[in-house]
Amino acid sequence: MNEVLLQTRDLGVEFAVSGGAVHAVRGVDIDVRRGEVVGIVGESGSGKSATMLALLGLLAPNAKVHGSASFNGIEMIGAPHEQLRALRGGRIGMVFQDPMTSLNPVLTVGRQIAEAIEVHQPTLRPKRVMARVQELLEVVAIPNASERMRAYPHELSGGMRQRVMIAMAVANDPELIIADEPTTALDVTIQAQILTVLADLRSRTNSALVIITHDLGVVAGVADRVNVMYAGRVVERGPVEELFYRNQHPYTAGLLACLPRLDTRGRDLEPIGGAPPLLDHLPKGCAFVSRCKVAEPRCHDVDPQLRDVGTVSVACHVAPAATSAMKAMKAVDA
Amino acid sequence: MTDLTQAAAQPLLKVRDLVKSFPVRSSGFRGGRGLVHAVAGVSFDLHQGQTLSLVGESGCGKSTTARCVVRILDPTSGQVEFDGVDLGTLDAAALRSARSKFQMVFQDPQASLNPRMTVGEILAEPLKIHHIPGAEGRERIRELMSLVQLRSADLDRYPHQFSGGQRQRIGIVRALVLEPKLIALDEPVSALDVSIQAEIIRLLERLRDQLGLSYLFIAHDLSVVRHLSEHVAVMYLGKIVESGTNDEVYEQSAHPYTQALLAAAPIPDPLIERSRDRIVLAGDPPSPIDPPSGCHFRTRCWKAQDRCAEEAPVLADPGIGHLVACHFPEVSNVIVQQPVDFRRPT
Ligand SMILES: Nc1ncnc2c1ncn2[C@@H]1O[C@H](COP(=O)(O)OP(=O)(O)OP(=O)(O)O)[C@@H](O)[C@H]1O
Ligand SMILES: Nc1ncnc2c1ncn2[C@@H]1O[C@H](COP(=O)(O)OP(=O)(O)OP(=O)(O)O)[C@@H](O)[C@H]1O
Ligand code: SF4
Ligand code: SF4
Ligand SMILES: [Mg+2]
Ligand SMILES: [Mg+2]
Repeated sequence: MNEVLLQTRDLGVEFAVSGGAVHAVRGVDIDVRRGEVVGIVGESGSGKSATMLALLGLLAPNAKVHGSASFNGIEMIGAPHEQLRALRGGRIGMVFQDPMTSLNPVLTVGRQIAEAIEVHQPTLRPKRVMARVQELLEVVAIPNASERMRAYPHELSGGMRQRVMIAMAVANDPELIIADEPTTALDVTIQAQILTVLADLRSRTNSALVIITHDLGVVAGVADRVNVMYAGRVVERGPVEELFYRNQHPYTAGLLACLPRLDTRGRDLEPIGGAPPLLDHLPKGCAFVSRCKVAEPRCHDVDPQLRDVGTVSVACHVAPAATSAMKAMKAVDA
Repeated sequence: MTDLTQAAAQPLLKVRDLVKSFPVRSSGFRGGRGLVHAVAGVSFDLHQGQTLSLVGESGCGKSTTARCVVRILDPTSGQVEFDGVDLGTLDAAALRSARSKFQMVFQDPQASLNPRMTVGEILAEPLKIHHIPGAEGRERIRELMSLVQLRSADLDRYPHQFSGGQRQRIGIVRALVLEPKLIALDEPVSALDVSIQAEIIRLLERLRDQLGLSYLFIAHDLSVVRHLSEHVAVMYLGKIVESGTNDEVYEQSAHPYTQALLAAAPIPDPLIERSRDRIVLAGDPPSPIDPPSGCHFRTRCWKAQDRCAEEAPVLADPGIGHLVACHFPEVSNVIVQQPVDFRRPT
């Protein structure tokens, strides 16, 4: 197995808000190994972005971060700003959902990619920088790269802008790429293009990729291992096939049961029901308890910790019996 | 009771050659004025109790089509016939009363509900406009609220006090208070998380069955459309390129664009997803201000020939049981694994 590149331990994020604190990330342990694709899935507000922004040092000022996140053995939590700035866009590349807000509207895209290179490789000659810019645009499959370099962000389509973001993210041959909903704003045919570009890049450079998404279909296609987040916690994680076919957490099972599918029709969708808890008023026990069909009395009192069950790790008191109990209930319903 | 054979023959909604263009300042260096051909000749039928979905990429004209149908927009040309009446022939008063029979639900429940009105006020507004007596209106609202599992006490609250899923249910109740026959749903679940989305889909199915509603459904999520619709029309740059029953479009698609769209939509199942053939289209959809000659899809089509630039294909049945607008249609099931040689256009 490849060496661990990124490791978070007991990572926590709280946002100070009037009247209390939002517990956005609560004790997250995530490992990313060299060359692998790790998916982070979960519904809106589950803490996916906050987890990654925390280690990059990019959270809003009202955030308090604790725990540890080490990249290649370097501790990132509490690291000096200079050090984090050197890592970001250098050894760690980042791609966000909305390229329009991350790109500077008054600079050409070529200039912006050039700056991304120059910041990290200040001694590179201008000619070499521009050659590299053109090469990067070709790598992300932008047609007429030499001409498109001179375009401003608003002159490009959403898919083209996202390619530019990817070009910037990989400009300095990062060992890790963090992509936060990189295709969410795009049409499926453009999504397929972007995912292909990311997959090609990854296999060419053997960098690791963390992909944050709420789309389980995307994860099924690209991830080697998957973390499912709920209310600030990783509630289940494992290799992609284990997670889809042999999951143990009622929430994971529930997510898959409520998804309509392209390849089947006439199957009844089973909504999970209810809503996630408010992160400033978390229940004492399991955060999923109000929506869980197989909850037991202890679930109200004790917050379950992540533990190994078979081929996955799961934070549920009732696992491994939970998902089989759910199946039995379905059989009775039918 | 209406005669069943007649009911089957007579569609609730009949759209013919619908065209909608918007004048825009073209971005060319002459700064002249151009036209966005948002909807460029669209025809379809929708029958009572059924769901027809419009799918296609951003900007292909789905919302504009729906807005012309419910008369939020006036079409540039073409006919929209509802319940046998050509809406274009109605005067303002007649159109206003006809309007109660077709309603629209929007993507963003947050933006479409007035934040300064209580839910009760929001729901009473359409009733007031259509002069429905207060007692009857209150009774309808009460029934509908319980149908979508909201409490009467919720009527006194404001939209921001609800979750996204609850707000979308309020939007649906608002569309239902006038007892319409047709609802145009424009991306009604796109802004919602999957667990909430499933609830709204189930609700829509239940309401359709209980109230005999017909839906004109718009979504970019092809899995949701598969689940919910009897008929599907695929749009590209203002035109329908393929239409048929759900199974025809999903399992026997013949238009290259439909095939590319289906092949690109992910399936949440690693073994299936990783063994599928990918059709990765090159490029972006061209501008609707200056669409390509002939077939609008030809700039991205891997099967394009000279003829495709010269002659626009018409939507017709090439002997496969459903409608396709392509000079070289070939039936293929791209959801299920099948080896095909897809080359990119040169
Ligand atoms: N600056 C902030 N102040 C207060 N709360 C915040 C702040 N930033 C984020 N949060 C809250 O923290 C929680 C986690 O947010 P996060 O952005 O990580 O969610 P996410 O899983 O990425 O969701 P999405 O899928 O919507 O992007 C949310 O409840 C969010 O409202
Ligand atoms: N009021 C308007 N003025 C000018 N152009 C418009 C107007 N409304 C829509 N358009 C253009 O018409 C075309 C079709 O737009 P429409 O909103 O119908 O697309 P859509 O298929 O609903 O896309 P999406 O999936 O992004 O909602 C687009 O090119 C759009 O920019
Ligand atoms: S710990 Fe209890 S409430 Fe939480 S998911 Fe497991 S069974 Fe459900
Ligand atoms: S008409 Fe030609 S360009 Fe258009 S879809 Fe068919 S083969 Fe492709
Ligand atoms: Mg996020
Ligand atoms: Mg639209």
